[in-house]
Amino acid sequence: MPEIRINTLKAELNEQALLKGLAQNDSKAVETLYKSHFTMIQHFVENNNGSFDDARDIFQEAMIALYEKVQLDSFVLTCQIKTYLFSICKHLWLKRLHQMGKYSSPLSGQEESISVENDLGLIEKKDAAFAIMDRALNSLGEPCKSLLEGYYLNKKGMQELASQFGYTNADNAKNQKYKCLMRLKKLFFAQYNIGD
Amino acid sequence: MEDIQLLETIEKYLSGELSDQERAQFDVIRQKSADIDQMVVEHKLFLDQMEAYAKRKNVAHTSQQVFSTLLANGEWAPIEAAAEPTKIIQLWSKYKKIIAIAASFGGFFAIITSIIVMYLSPSLNGSQLLQLSKAVEVIKKNQQAQGHLLNEVKTKVPENAKLISGGSGFLIDTKGYIITNAHVLKGNGAIVINSKGQELNATIIYSDITNDLALLKIEDKDYKQPKTIPYAIRRKISDLGEEIFTLGFPRNDNDIVYGKGYLSAQTGYEGDSSSYQIQISANPGYSGAPIFNSNGELIGVISSRQKLAEGVAFAVKSTEIIDVVNALKGNERTKDIIIKLPKYSSTNRNRKSQLDNLKNFMYSVRSFN
Repeated sequence: MPEIRINTLKAELNEQALLKGLAQNDSKAVETLYKSHFTMIQHFVENNNGSFDDARDIFQEAMIALYEKVQLDSFVLTCQIKTYLFSICKHLWLKRLHQMGKYSSPLSGQEESISVENDLGLIEKKDAAFAIMDRALNSLGEPCKSLLEGYYLNKKGMQELASQFGYTNADNAKNQKYKCLMRLKKLFFAQYNIGD
Repeated sequence: MEDIQLLETIEKYLSGELSDQERAQFDVIRQKSADIDQMVVEHKLFLDQMEAYAKRKNVAHTSQQVFSTLLANGEWAPIEAAAEPTKIIQLWSKYKKIIAIAASFGGFFAIITSIIVMYLSPSLNGSQLLQLSKAVEVIKKNQQAQGHLLNEVKTKVPENAKLISGGSGFLIDTKGYIITNAHVLKGNGAIVINSKGQELNATIIYSDITNDLALLKIEDKDYKQPKTIPYAIRRKISDLGEEIFTLGFPRNDNDIVYGKGYLSAQTGYEGDSSSYQIQISANPGYSGAPIFNSNGELIGVISSRQKLAEGVAFAVKSTEIIDVVNALKGNERTKDIIIKLPKYSSTNRNRKSQLDNLKNFMYSVRSFN
Protein backbone atom coordinates (compact mmCIF):
# COMPACT_ATOMS: atom_id res chain seq x y z
CA MET A 1 0.00 0.00 0.00
CA PRO A 2 2.76 2.54 0.59
CA GLU A 3 3.17 2.98 -3.16
CA ILE A 4 -0.45 4.04 -3.55
CA ARG A 5 -0.10 6.54 -0.76
CA ILE A 6 2.97 8.01 -2.39
CA ASN A 7 1.09 8.31 -5.66
CA THR A 8 -1.81 10.12 -4.03
CA LEU A 9 0.62 12.45 -2.34
CA LYS A 10 2.32 13.09 -5.67
CA ALA A 11 -1.00 13.87 -7.31
CA GLU A 12 -1.85 16.31 -4.55
CA LEU A 13 1.49 18.06 -4.86
CA ASN A 14 0.92 18.24 -8.60
CA GLU A 15 -2.45 19.89 -8.13
CA GLN A 16 -0.95 22.38 -5.67
CA ALA A 17 1.79 23.19 -8.16
CA LEU A 18 -0.82 23.73 -10.90
CA LEU A 19 -2.80 26.13 -8.75
CA LYS A 20 0.34 28.01 -7.84
CA GLY A 21 1.17 28.20 -11.53
CA LEU A 22 -2.30 29.54 -12.33
CA ALA A 23 -1.94 32.18 -9.60
CA GLN A 24 1.36 33.25 -11.16
CA ASN A 25 -0.07 33.29 -14.67
CA ASP A 26 2.21 30.49 -15.83
CA SER A 27 1.06 29.43 -19.30
CA LYS A 28 2.40 25.89 -18.84
CA ALA A 29 0.05 25.40 -15.87
CA VAL A 30 -2.85 26.91 -17.80
CA GLU A 31 -2.11 24.57 -20.71
CA THR A 32 -2.09 21.53 -18.42
CA LEU A 33 -5.46 22.55 -16.99
CA TYR A 34 -6.95 22.88 -20.47
CA LYS A 35 -5.47 19.61 -21.67
CA SER A 36 -6.64 17.63 -18.66
CA HIS A 37 -10.12 19.03 -18.19
CA PHE A 38 -11.52 20.84 -21.20
CA THR A 39 -12.83 17.74 -22.97
CA MET A 40 -14.90 16.85 -19.93
CA ILE A 41 -16.56 20.28 -19.98
CA GLN A 42 -16.95 20.21 -23.75
CA HIS A 43 -18.88 16.94 -23.53
CA PHE A 44 -20.97 18.17 -20.65
CA VAL A 45 -21.99 21.42 -22.37
CA GLU A 46 -22.53 19.87 -25.79
CA ASN A 47 -24.68 17.13 -24.30
CA ASN A 48 -26.79 19.73 -22.59
CA ASN A 49 -27.99 22.04 -25.32
CA GLY A 50 -24.73 23.95 -25.79
CA SER A 51 -22.19 24.49 -28.55
CA PHE A 52 -18.41 24.22 -28.62
CA ASP A 53 -18.22 28.01 -28.28
CA ASP A 54 -20.38 27.83 -25.16
CA ALA A 55 -18.07 25.22 -23.66
CA ARG A 56 -15.08 27.41 -24.40
CA ASP A 57 -16.63 30.46 -22.74
CA ILE A 58 -17.83 28.53 -19.72
CA PHE A 59 -14.41 26.94 -19.24
CA GLN A 60 -12.70 30.32 -19.55
CA GLU A 61 -15.04 31.71 -16.90
CA ALA A 62 -14.34 28.73 -14.66
CA MET A 63 -10.58 29.25 -15.02
CA ILE A 64 -10.99 32.84 -13.88
CA ALA A 65 -13.17 31.67 -10.99
CA LEU A 66 -10.53 29.14 -9.99
CA TYR A 67 -7.87 31.83 -10.22
CA GLU A 68 -9.91 34.19 -8.04
CA LYS A 69 -10.54 31.37 -5.59
CA VAL A 70 -6.80 30.79 -5.23
CA GLN A 71 -6.43 34.53 -4.53
CA LEU A 72 -8.95 34.44 -1.68
CA ASP A 73 -7.48 34.77 1.83
CA SER A 74 -9.53 31.82 2.95
CA PHE A 75 -8.30 29.62 0.12
CA VAL A 76 -8.37 25.87 0.70
CA LEU A 77 -9.21 23.44 -2.05
CA THR A 78 -11.04 20.59 -0.42
CA CYS A 79 -11.46 18.53 -3.58
CA GLN A 80 -9.68 17.73 -6.82
CA ILE A 81 -9.31 20.49 -9.40
CA LYS A 82 -11.32 18.35 -11.79
CA THR A 83 -14.27 18.22 -9.41
CA TYR A 84 -14.02 21.92 -8.65
CA LEU A 85 -13.89 22.98 -12.31
CA PHE A 86 -16.77 20.70 -13.17
CA SER A 87 -18.89 22.06 -10.32
CA ILE A 88 -18.23 25.65 -11.37
CA CYS A 89 -18.97 24.91 -15.02
CA LYS A 90 -22.14 23.04 -14.17
CA HIS A 91 -23.35 25.94 -12.07
CA LEU A 92 -22.49 28.54 -14.72
CA TRP A 93 -24.04 26.50 -17.51
CA LEU A 94 -27.27 25.95 -15.59
CA LYS A 95 -27.45 29.67 -15.01
CA ARG A 96 -26.85 30.35 -18.71
CA LEU A 97 -29.49 27.85 -19.79
CA HIS A 98 -31.89 29.45 -17.41
CA GLN A 99 -31.21 32.90 -18.88
CA MET A 100 -31.87 31.58 -22.36
CA GLY A 101 -35.12 30.04 -21.16
CA LYS A 102 -33.82 26.62 -22.18
CA TYR A 103 -33.70 25.11 -18.72
CA SER A 104 -33.81 21.36 -19.01
CA SER A 105 -33.33 19.12 -16.03
CA PRO A 106 -31.91 16.79 -15.11
CA LEU A 107 -28.63 17.51 -16.88
CA SER A 108 -27.05 14.50 -18.50
CA GLY A 109 -23.48 13.31 -18.01
CA GLN A 110 -23.03 14.02 -14.34
CA GLU A 111 -19.58 13.94 -12.82
CA GLU A 112 -19.04 14.22 -9.12
CA SER A 113 -19.71 17.80 -8.06
CA ILE A 114 -19.70 19.92 -4.93
CA SER A 115 -21.61 23.01 -3.86
CA VAL A 116 -19.90 26.15 -5.10
CA GLU A 117 -22.53 28.76 -4.23
CA ASN A 118 -20.47 30.30 -1.43
CA ASP A 119 -17.34 30.59 -3.54
CA LEU A 120 -19.22 32.05 -6.47
CA GLY A 121 -20.77 34.62 -4.17
CA LEU A 122 -17.31 35.81 -3.14
CA ILE A 123 -16.04 35.66 -6.70
CA GLU A 124 -18.99 37.69 -7.97
CA LYS A 125 -17.83 40.62 -5.84
CA LYS A 126 -14.44 40.40 -7.51
CA ASP A 127 -16.15 40.22 -10.90
CA ALA A 128 -18.00 43.42 -10.06
CA ALA A 129 -14.83 45.24 -8.98
CA PHE A 130 -13.07 44.07 -12.13
CA ALA A 131 -15.92 45.31 -14.31
CA ILE A 132 -15.95 48.71 -12.60
CA MET A 133 -12.20 49.15 -13.12
CA ASP A 134 -12.53 48.02 -16.72
CA ARG A 135 -15.31 50.49 -17.46
CA ALA A 136 -13.47 53.30 -15.69
CA LEU A 137 -10.26 52.67 -17.64
CA ASN A 138 -12.06 52.37 -20.93
CA SER A 139 -14.01 55.58 -20.49
CA LEU A 140 -10.80 57.53 -19.80
CA GLY A 141 -9.81 57.80 -23.44
CA GLU A 142 -6.30 58.06 -24.86
CA PRO A 143 -3.54 58.75 -24.02
CA CYS A 144 -4.70 58.55 -20.38
CA LYS A 145 -5.65 54.89 -20.58
CA SER A 146 -2.37 53.69 -22.08
CA LEU A 147 -0.31 55.98 -19.87
CA LEU A 148 -1.86 54.60 -16.68
CA GLU A 149 -1.76 51.03 -17.94
CA GLY A 150 1.90 51.50 -18.81
CA TYR A 151 2.74 52.79 -15.35
CA TYR A 152 0.49 50.80 -13.03
CA LEU A 153 -0.19 47.58 -14.92
CA ASN A 154 2.96 47.09 -16.96
CA LYS A 155 5.20 48.77 -14.37
CA LYS A 156 7.12 50.88 -16.86
CA GLY A 157 9.29 53.75 -15.63
CA MET A 158 8.29 57.42 -16.09
CA GLN A 159 11.29 58.04 -18.36
CA GLU A 160 10.37 55.17 -20.65
CA LEU A 161 6.74 56.26 -20.80
CA ALA A 162 7.75 59.86 -21.54
CA SER A 163 9.69 58.79 -24.63
CA GLN A 164 7.04 56.25 -25.67
CA PHE A 165 4.29 58.86 -25.63
CA GLY A 166 6.48 61.69 -26.93
CA TYR A 167 6.58 63.92 -23.84
CA THR A 168 9.64 66.15 -23.78
CA ASN A 169 10.61 65.06 -20.28
CA ALA A 170 9.62 62.72 -17.47
CA ASP A 171 8.19 65.54 -15.34
CA ASN A 172 5.62 66.46 -17.97
CA ALA A 173 4.66 62.83 -18.31
CA LYS A 174 4.36 62.59 -14.54
CA ASN A 175 2.08 65.62 -14.46
CA GLN A 176 -0.11 64.14 -17.14
CA LYS A 177 -0.17 60.78 -15.38
CA TYR A 178 -1.27 62.51 -12.17
CA LYS A 179 -4.19 64.23 -13.91
CA CYS A 180 -5.22 60.98 -15.56
CA LEU A 181 -4.98 59.10 -12.27
CA MET A 182 -7.26 61.61 -10.54
CA ARG A 183 -9.83 61.17 -13.27
CA LEU A 184 -9.60 57.40 -13.07
CA LYS A 185 -9.97 57.36 -9.29
CA LYS A 186 -13.00 59.60 -9.53
CA LEU A 187 -14.61 57.32 -12.11
CA PHE A 188 -13.74 54.22 -10.13
CA PHE A 189 -14.93 55.39 -6.71
CA ALA A 190 -18.15 56.77 -8.17
CA GLN A 191 -19.23 53.15 -8.64
CA TYR A 192 -17.20 51.21 -6.15
CA ASN A 193 -18.69 50.84 -2.67
CA ILE A 194 -16.11 50.41 0.06
CA GLY A 195 -18.73 49.14 2.46
CA ASP A 196 -19.46 46.09 0.35
CA MET B 1 3.05 69.94 0.02
CA GLU B 2 1.67 70.03 -3.45
CA ASP B 3 -0.94 67.40 -4.31
CA ILE B 4 1.17 65.71 -6.93
CA GLN B 5 4.12 65.40 -4.58
CA LEU B 6 1.89 64.19 -1.79
CA LEU B 7 0.54 61.43 -3.98
CA GLU B 8 4.03 60.45 -5.06
CA THR B 9 5.05 60.19 -1.42
CA ILE B 10 1.99 58.11 -0.58
CA GLU B 11 2.82 55.74 -3.41
CA LYS B 12 6.42 55.39 -2.21
CA TYR B 13 5.18 54.92 1.34
CA LEU B 14 2.83 52.16 0.27
CA SER B 15 5.36 50.40 -1.90
CA GLY B 16 8.03 50.53 0.83
CA GLU B 17 10.36 52.78 -1.12
CA LEU B 18 10.76 55.33 1.69
CA SER B 19 13.76 55.17 4.04
CA ASP B 20 13.06 54.30 7.68
CA GLN B 21 13.45 57.90 8.70
CA GLU B 22 11.12 59.21 5.98
CA ARG B 23 8.66 56.53 6.84
CA ALA B 24 8.62 57.51 10.52
CA GLN B 25 8.12 61.15 9.56
CA PHE B 26 5.24 60.27 7.28
CA ASP B 27 3.62 58.16 10.00
CA VAL B 28 3.62 61.25 12.22
CA ILE B 29 1.98 63.29 9.46
CA ARG B 30 -0.67 60.60 9.03
CA GLN B 31 -1.46 60.66 12.74
CA LYS B 32 -1.81 64.41 12.78
CA SER B 33 -3.86 64.82 9.65
CA ALA B 34 -7.05 62.80 9.27
CA ASP B 35 -7.30 63.97 5.64
CA ILE B 36 -3.92 62.59 4.69
CA ASP B 37 -4.60 59.41 6.62
CA GLN B 38 -7.78 58.99 4.62
CA MET B 39 -5.92 59.60 1.36
CA VAL B 40 -3.44 56.84 2.21
CA VAL B 41 -6.18 54.35 3.02
CA GLU B 42 -8.11 55.22 -0.10
CA HIS B 43 -5.08 55.09 -2.34
CA LYS B 44 -4.02 51.73 -0.97
CA LEU B 45 -7.47 50.34 -1.70
CA PHE B 46 -7.30 51.77 -5.20
CA LEU B 47 -3.84 50.39 -5.93
CA ASP B 48 -4.87 46.96 -4.64
CA GLN B 49 -7.81 47.02 -7.02
CA MET B 50 -5.56 48.04 -9.90
CA GLU B 51 -3.21 45.20 -9.06
CA ALA B 52 -6.03 42.66 -8.88
CA TYR B 53 -7.39 44.00 -12.16
CA ALA B 54 -4.03 43.71 -13.92
CA LYS B 55 -3.34 40.21 -12.68
CA ARG B 56 -6.76 38.89 -13.61
CA LYS B 57 -6.55 40.47 -17.03
CA ASN B 58 -3.24 38.75 -17.63
CA VAL B 59 -4.61 35.39 -16.54
CA ALA B 60 -7.62 35.78 -18.83
CA HIS B 61 -5.30 36.71 -21.68
CA THR B 62 -3.02 33.73 -21.08
CA SER B 63 -6.01 31.44 -20.89
CA GLN B 64 -7.34 32.66 -24.25
CA GLN B 65 -3.93 32.42 -25.87
CA VAL B 66 -3.37 28.90 -24.61
CA PHE B 67 -6.80 27.86 -25.81
CA SER B 68 -6.29 29.33 -29.28
CA THR B 69 -2.91 27.65 -29.64
CA LEU B 70 -4.23 24.27 -28.55
CA LEU B 71 -7.21 24.67 -30.85
CA ALA B 72 -4.99 25.60 -33.79
CA ASN B 73 -2.79 22.58 -33.07
CA GLY B 74 -5.84 20.39 -33.41
CA GLU B 75 -6.10 19.43 -29.76
CA TRP B 76 -9.90 19.31 -29.96
CA ALA B 77 -10.70 19.53 -33.67
CA PRO B 78 -14.09 21.10 -33.05
CA ILE B 79 -15.01 22.22 -36.54
CA GLU B 80 -17.60 19.90 -37.88
CA ALA B 81 -18.18 19.61 -41.58
CA ALA B 82 -21.41 21.25 -42.67
CA ALA B 83 -24.49 19.11 -43.08
CA GLU B 84 -24.61 16.63 -45.93
CA PRO B 85 -26.78 17.94 -48.73
CA THR B 86 -30.17 16.34 -49.02
CA LYS B 87 -31.07 14.02 -51.84
CA ILE B 88 -32.91 16.61 -53.86
CA ILE B 89 -30.02 19.01 -53.61
CA GLN B 90 -27.64 16.29 -54.71
CA LEU B 91 -29.85 15.64 -57.68
CA TRP B 92 -29.87 19.33 -58.36
CA SER B 93 -26.07 19.56 -58.26
CA LYS B 94 -25.83 16.63 -60.60
CA TYR B 95 -28.01 18.25 -63.24
CA LYS B 96 -26.90 21.80 -62.64
CA LYS B 97 -24.42 21.80 -65.49
CA ILE B 98 -26.85 20.38 -68.00
CA ILE B 99 -29.48 22.89 -66.95
CA ALA B 100 -27.04 25.73 -67.28
CA ILE B 101 -26.21 24.70 -70.82
CA ALA B 102 -29.88 24.28 -71.66
CA ALA B 103 -30.66 27.64 -70.18
CA SER B 104 -27.94 29.38 -72.12
CA PHE B 105 -29.36 27.92 -75.33
CA GLY B 106 -32.61 29.50 -74.37
CA GLY B 107 -30.79 32.76 -74.25
CA PHE B 108 -31.55 33.51 -70.66
CA PHE B 109 -27.99 33.78 -69.54
CA ALA B 110 -27.11 36.00 -72.43
CA ILE B 111 -29.80 38.39 -71.33
CA ILE B 112 -28.79 38.20 -67.73
CA THR B 113 -25.20 39.13 -68.30
CA SER B 114 -26.17 42.05 -70.47
CA ILE B 115 -28.62 43.56 -68.01
CA ILE B 116 -26.69 43.80 -64.79
CA VAL B 117 -28.49 46.76 -63.43
CA MET B 118 -27.11 48.21 -60.27
CA TYR B 119 -29.17 49.68 -57.55
CA LEU B 120 -28.58 53.21 -56.40
CA SER B 121 -29.17 53.88 -52.78
CA PRO B 122 -31.42 56.77 -51.84
CA SER B 123 -29.68 57.24 -48.49
CA LEU B 124 -26.17 57.50 -49.91
CA ASN B 125 -25.00 59.76 -52.64
CA GLY B 126 -26.66 57.87 -55.45
CA SER B 127 -24.69 59.23 -58.35
CA GLN B 128 -21.34 58.26 -56.97
CA LEU B 129 -21.89 55.16 -54.92
CA LEU B 130 -23.16 51.88 -56.18
CA GLN B 131 -24.46 49.44 -53.72
CA LEU B 132 -23.48 45.96 -54.58
CA SER B 133 -26.71 44.06 -54.25
CA LYS B 134 -27.78 41.98 -57.15
CA ALA B 135 -30.42 43.44 -59.37
CA VAL B 136 -33.89 42.00 -59.29
CA GLU B 137 -33.96 40.94 -62.90
CA VAL B 138 -30.86 38.89 -62.59
CA ILE B 139 -32.23 36.83 -59.78
CA LYS B 140 -35.69 36.58 -61.24
CA LYS B 141 -34.60 35.44 -64.65
CA ASN B 142 -32.23 32.98 -63.13
CA GLN B 143 -34.97 31.52 -61.03
CA GLN B 144 -37.37 31.23 -63.93
CA ALA B 145 -34.74 29.61 -66.08
CA GLN B 146 -33.93 27.02 -63.51
CA GLY B 147 -37.44 26.80 -62.14
CA HIS B 148 -39.31 25.33 -65.07
CA LEU B 149 -36.50 23.08 -66.08
CA LEU B 150 -36.31 21.20 -62.85
CA ASN B 151 -39.43 21.18 -60.77
CA GLU B 152 -38.01 18.82 -58.17
CA VAL B 153 -35.97 21.62 -56.64
CA LYS B 154 -38.65 23.25 -54.59
CA THR B 155 -37.76 26.76 -53.62
CA LYS B 156 -38.55 28.01 -50.16
CA VAL B 157 -39.59 31.35 -51.51
CA PRO B 158 -43.37 31.46 -51.02
CA GLU B 159 -45.53 31.15 -54.11
CA ASN B 160 -46.46 34.49 -55.68
CA ALA B 161 -43.62 36.16 -53.83
CA LYS B 162 -41.43 38.46 -55.87
CA LEU B 163 -37.69 38.45 -55.40
CA ILE B 164 -36.60 42.00 -54.78
CA SER B 165 -32.94 42.01 -53.90
CA GLY B 166 -30.02 39.86 -52.91
CA GLY B 167 -26.42 39.76 -51.72
CA SER B 168 -24.12 37.90 -49.37
CA GLY B 169 -24.05 37.23 -45.65
CA PHE B 170 -22.16 35.27 -42.99
CA LEU B 171 -22.76 33.61 -39.64
CA ILE B 172 -21.92 35.43 -36.40
CA ASP B 173 -23.49 32.96 -34.01
CA THR B 174 -23.78 29.20 -34.38
CA LYS B 175 -27.49 29.44 -33.53
CA GLY B 176 -27.99 30.74 -37.08
CA TYR B 177 -27.59 34.51 -36.83
CA ILE B 178 -26.38 36.06 -40.07
CA ILE B 179 -25.10 39.54 -40.78
CA THR B 180 -25.72 41.16 -44.15
CA ASN B 181 -26.27 44.69 -45.48
CA ALA B 182 -29.54 46.47 -44.77
CA HIS B 183 -29.83 47.37 -48.46
CA VAL B 184 -29.65 43.69 -49.40
CA LEU B 185 -33.00 43.22 -47.65
CA LYS B 186 -35.36 45.41 -49.60
CA GLY B 187 -38.27 43.00 -49.23
CA ASN B 188 -40.21 41.81 -46.20
CA GLY B 189 -39.04 38.22 -46.19
CA ALA B 190 -35.75 36.47 -46.75
CA ILE B 191 -34.17 33.13 -47.53
CA VAL B 192 -30.51 32.22 -47.39
CA ILE B 193 -28.63 29.68 -49.48
CA ASN B 194 -25.53 27.94 -48.19
CA SER B 195 -22.46 27.22 -50.28
CA LYS B 196 -23.85 23.79 -51.16
CA GLY B 197 -26.95 25.33 -52.72
CA GLN B 198 -29.35 24.42 -49.94
CA GLU B 199 -32.10 26.98 -49.32
CA LEU B 200 -33.04 27.84 -45.73
CA ASN B 201 -35.82 30.00 -44.35
CA ALA B 202 -34.74 33.08 -42.44
CA THR B 203 -36.38 35.92 -40.57
CA ILE B 204 -35.24 39.51 -40.52
CA ILE B 205 -34.46 40.37 -36.91
CA TYR B 206 -33.00 43.82 -37.21
CA SER B 207 -32.10 46.31 -39.90
CA ASP B 208 -30.21 49.56 -39.56
CA ILE B 209 -30.17 51.69 -42.69
CA THR B 210 -27.73 54.24 -41.24
CA ASN B 211 -24.80 51.89 -40.93
CA ASP B 212 -26.20 49.54 -43.59
CA LEU B 213 -26.19 46.40 -41.48
CA ALA B 214 -28.93 43.88 -40.88
CA LEU B 215 -29.33 40.75 -38.81
CA LEU B 216 -31.10 37.60 -39.98
CA LYS B 217 -31.83 34.37 -38.20
CA ILE B 218 -32.07 31.04 -39.95
CA GLU B 219 -35.26 29.37 -38.85
CA ASP B 220 -35.35 26.10 -40.64
CA LYS B 221 -35.36 22.52 -39.44
CA ASP B 222 -32.82 21.65 -42.13
CA TYR B 223 -30.26 23.99 -40.58
CA LYS B 224 -27.39 22.11 -38.96
CA GLN B 225 -25.67 24.18 -36.28
CA PRO B 226 -21.89 24.18 -36.65
CA LYS B 227 -19.95 23.65 -33.43
CA THR B 228 -17.98 26.82 -33.73
CA ILE B 229 -17.30 29.73 -36.04
CA PRO B 230 -13.67 29.97 -37.16
CA TYR B 231 -13.32 33.77 -37.26
CA ALA B 232 -13.28 36.35 -34.47
CA ILE B 233 -15.12 39.65 -34.95
CA ARG B 234 -12.34 42.24 -34.61
CA ARG B 235 -13.01 44.80 -31.89
CA LYS B 236 -10.26 47.21 -32.88
CA ILE B 237 -9.65 49.34 -35.96
CA SER B 238 -7.46 47.67 -38.58
CA ASP B 239 -4.24 49.06 -40.00
CA LEU B 240 -3.75 50.85 -43.26
CA GLY B 241 -2.36 48.61 -45.98
CA GLU B 242 -3.44 45.43 -44.25
CA GLU B 243 -3.93 42.55 -46.64
CA ILE B 244 -7.57 41.48 -46.82
CA PHE B 245 -9.74 38.94 -48.55
CA THR B 246 -13.42 38.27 -48.98
CA LEU B 247 -15.83 35.50 -49.89
CA GLY B 248 -19.22 36.23 -51.40
CA PHE B 249 -21.86 35.30 -53.93
CA PRO B 250 -21.61 37.96 -56.63
CA ARG B 251 -22.70 35.68 -59.44
CA ASN B 252 -26.16 34.50 -60.21
CA ASP B 253 -25.17 30.84 -60.34
CA ASN B 254 -24.72 30.84 -56.58
CA ASP B 255 -21.07 29.88 -56.70
CA ILE B 256 -18.90 31.34 -54.00
CA VAL B 257 -16.20 33.74 -55.21
CA TYR B 258 -12.94 34.66 -53.52
CA GLY B 259 -11.40 38.15 -53.78
CA LYS B 260 -8.19 39.63 -52.43
CA GLY B 261 -7.06 43.20 -51.79
CA TYR B 262 -5.88 45.61 -49.16
CA LEU B 263 -7.22 48.20 -46.78
CA SER B 264 -6.67 51.55 -48.49
CA ALA B 265 -8.11 54.01 -45.94
CA GLN B 266 -9.29 53.84 -42.37
CA THR B 267 -12.35 55.91 -43.21
CA GLY B 268 -15.00 55.38 -45.83
CA TYR B 269 -16.80 57.61 -48.32
CA GLU B 270 -16.22 61.29 -47.53
CA GLY B 271 -14.46 60.51 -44.27
CA ASP B 272 -17.18 58.28 -42.85
CA SER B 273 -15.58 56.88 -39.69
CA SER B 274 -17.86 53.85 -39.49
CA SER B 275 -16.39 52.28 -42.61
CA TYR B 276 -13.11 51.48 -44.39
CA GLN B 277 -12.08 52.10 -47.94
CA ILE B 278 -10.78 48.93 -49.50
CA GLN B 279 -9.11 48.02 -52.75
CA ILE B 280 -10.79 44.91 -54.04
CA SER B 281 -12.63 44.04 -57.18
CA ALA B 282 -16.15 44.17 -55.85
CA ASN B 283 -19.06 43.08 -57.98
CA PRO B 284 -22.78 43.34 -57.38
CA GLY B 285 -23.79 40.62 -54.95
CA TYR B 286 -20.70 41.16 -52.83
CA SER B 287 -22.89 43.39 -50.66
CA GLY B 288 -22.89 41.91 -47.16
CA ALA B 289 -19.79 39.77 -47.78
CA PRO B 290 -17.25 39.65 -44.95
CA ILE B 291 -13.73 41.08 -45.12
CA PHE B 292 -11.04 39.07 -43.34
CA ASN B 293 -7.47 40.03 -42.49
CA SER B 294 -4.51 37.67 -42.77
CA ASN B 295 -5.01 36.52 -39.17
CA GLY B 296 -8.41 35.26 -40.21
CA GLU B 297 -10.21 37.91 -38.16
CA LEU B 298 -13.37 39.43 -39.55
CA ILE B 299 -12.72 43.17 -39.90
CA GLY B 300 -15.63 44.46 -41.98
CA VAL B 301 -18.62 43.96 -44.25
CA ILE B 302 -18.57 45.04 -47.91
CA SER B 303 -21.30 47.54 -48.60
CA SER B 304 -20.79 49.70 -51.67
CA ARG B 305 -18.31 50.88 -54.26
CA GLN B 306 -17.41 54.13 -55.91
CA LYS B 307 -18.89 54.49 -59.34
CA LEU B 308 -15.98 55.89 -61.24
CA ALA B 309 -13.01 54.34 -59.51
CA GLU B 310 -12.75 50.69 -60.42
CA GLY B 311 -11.69 48.46 -57.54
CA VAL B 312 -12.45 51.02 -54.83
CA ALA B 313 -15.09 49.74 -52.42
CA PHE B 314 -16.27 50.49 -48.91
CA ALA B 315 -16.75 48.16 -46.00
CA VAL B 316 -18.63 48.75 -42.77
CA LYS B 317 -16.24 48.26 -39.83
CA SER B 318 -16.59 45.14 -37.69
CA THR B 319 -17.05 47.33 -34.61
CA GLU B 320 -20.44 48.30 -36.05
CA ILE B 321 -21.49 44.63 -35.86
CA ILE B 322 -20.86 44.79 -32.14
CA ASP B 323 -23.03 47.93 -32.03
CA VAL B 324 -25.82 46.08 -33.81
CA VAL B 325 -25.66 43.25 -31.27
CA ASN B 326 -25.73 45.77 -28.44
CA ALA B 327 -28.61 47.65 -30.01
CA LEU B 328 -30.79 44.53 -29.74
CA LYS B 329 -30.93 45.03 -25.98
CA GLY B 330 -32.65 48.39 -26.40
CA ASN B 331 -35.61 47.05 -28.31
CA GLU B 332 -38.57 45.39 -26.61
CA ARG B 333 -38.95 42.86 -29.44
CA THR B 334 -35.30 41.82 -29.55
CA LYS B 335 -34.08 42.40 -26.01
CA ASP B 336 -34.07 38.70 -25.05
CA ILE B 337 -31.89 37.62 -27.94
CA ILE B 338 -28.49 36.47 -26.76
CA ILE B 339 -25.79 36.58 -29.40
CA LYS B 340 -22.36 35.20 -28.65
CA LEU B 341 -19.91 36.69 -31.10
CA PRO B 342 -17.08 34.34 -32.03
CA LYS B 343 -13.84 35.29 -30.30
CA TYR B 344 -11.23 33.03 -31.81
CA SER B 345 -9.85 32.73 -35.31
CA SER B 346 -8.28 29.55 -36.55
CA THR B 347 -5.12 30.69 -38.26
CA ASN B 348 -2.98 27.63 -38.54
CA ARG B 349 -3.98 26.82 -42.10
CA ASN B 350 -2.98 27.67 -45.60
CA ARG B 351 -5.34 29.93 -47.52
CA LYS B 352 -6.81 27.11 -49.58
CA SER B 353 -7.96 24.98 -46.68
CA GLN B 354 -8.93 28.13 -44.78
CA LEU B 355 -11.32 29.09 -47.61
CA ASP B 356 -12.61 25.57 -47.77
CA ASN B 357 -13.56 25.85 -44.14
CA LEU B 358 -14.82 29.44 -44.26
CA LYS B 359 -17.27 28.83 -47.07
CA ASN B 360 -19.36 26.68 -44.74
CA PHE B 361 -20.22 29.87 -42.86
CA MET B 362 -21.10 32.03 -45.88
CA TYR B 363 -24.59 32.45 -47.27
CA SER B 364 -26.20 33.95 -50.31
CA VAL B 365 -29.10 36.12 -49.15
CA ARG B 366 -32.30 36.82 -51.07
CA SER B 367 -35.14 39.05 -50.12
CA PHE B 368 -38.71 38.93 -51.41
CA ASN B 369 -42.08 40.57 -51.01
